[in-house]
Amino acid sequence: MRLFTHNMLSSNIKGVANGFPLRIEAEQVLEKQVDFNPDFLRNLFPKLEWKALVDGARALGYAELPEAADSSMLESEEFLRKFHHALLELHLEEGALTCPETGRKFPVNKGIPNMLLHEDEETSLQLPGSLGSQMLVRITGKQ
Amino acid sequence: MSNRPELLAPPEIFYDDSEARKYTSSSRIIDIQARLSERALELLALPVDGIPRLLLDIGCGSGLSGETLTENGHQWIGLDISQSMLNIASEREVEGDLLLGDMGQGLALRPGIIDGAISISAVQWLCNADKSSHEPRLRLKAFFGSLYRCLARGARAVFQVYPENIAQRELILRSAMHAGFAGGVVMDYPHSTKSRKEYLVLTCGPPSISTSVPRGKGEYGESCSEDESSEENQMVCISDRNRPKKKQKISRKGKGREWIFKKKEQLRRKGNAVPPDTRYTGRKRKARF
Repeated sequence: MRLFTHNMLSSNIKGVANGFPLRIEAEQVLEKQVDFNPDFLRNLFPKLEWKALVDGARALGYAELPEAADSSMLESEEFLRKFHHALLELHLEEGALTCPETGRKFPVNKGIPNMLLHEDEETSLQLPGSLGSQMLVRITGKQ
Repeated sequence: MSNRPELLAPPEIFYDDSEARKYTSSSRIIDIQARLSERALELLALPVDGIPRLLLDIGCGSGLSGETLTENGHQWIGLDISQSMLNIASEREVEGDLLLGDMGQGLALRPGIIDGAISISAVQWLCNADKSSHEPRLRLKAFFGSLYRCLARGARAVFQVYPENIAQRELILRSAMHAGFAGGVVMDYPHSTKSRKEYLVLTCGPPSISTSVPRGKGEYGESCSEDESSEENQMVCISDRNRPKKKQKISRKGKGREWIFKKKEQLRRKGNAVPPDTRYTGRKRKARF
């Protein structure tokens, strides 16, 4: 998982108001080369949360990014290279992502974060008045 | 298709290690998935400016569809519920980032950041309740609601689906509309049961000229040949009421000897055990045979 994905991920556990950003705990980090494309970086820049990117990069062991960034810095090739490296070339292979509100850990194995929610964390199970369990009772109740 | 996989088991169980490997090593499936992904990408109508976009591949599986996205220069994030399929995707070193997740639980993404989403042969899995706690309508609602949120303004989502029946297609469409999407279904080759493919094209934001649903292939009377070797289109003629012309002309007197010889030759080529051709092959029998 690379930082550009981490910058998009938010915790969607039931009841969490702001699940972004997920804290990174890195156990194994790899570096893989990716083609440099400044247009992509410039296009993506306004959508990113810069602070989350800087913190994430630091958690993966890369501290070269400036603390604050604005679009004028996108002209500098040197900045773009560092940005590119942090965003696309650092891979979190093993570790965990922690929800900032609940502290729940999403493990990361072989570069794939496991974002599956347990049943009690799912919002999609909330029926008004929990009809689901009521229906079961009604079916078994009637003899 | 005899049995729909959705009726056999939930996706994370159906696509176990051996099934995942079988799926990914089938050249036919690779070919089909590539074509479906190309068409979905075409329907996404991303601006042609050479700038790579950030796309979502929902139900990315072993990365077959994601490879098409990479080939077209885009960055993508793939989501799938089957660990086995994702393992194969990592083995194949796909360029996109992979997430293990359940789309029915909602997409865990920040609002307004995705430039487009595709899904190849995956969304119909949402319509089945695989656990007793599942209620498909709620899962569809969670999925479409979260998708609408995370798409950027004006972005599109294209889903190639295999709905089991009209009711399922309606259910999917209705859930999408409730979440705020506009759009509709594009059907390619609507007259051929074999080649027919449907794409749900959804747009975020107010409807405009750019968000009108594109025409499906095969609606202008183009026919698709049923030939196994190629899928080239033949311009037949007038209205789409015409049945697609089959390459073999079926004679009005029923199927004659020539047809029988051809068929037996075909089967022989396939490797079946076929009785030899003699003078009795296809001879006229008594009327009350």
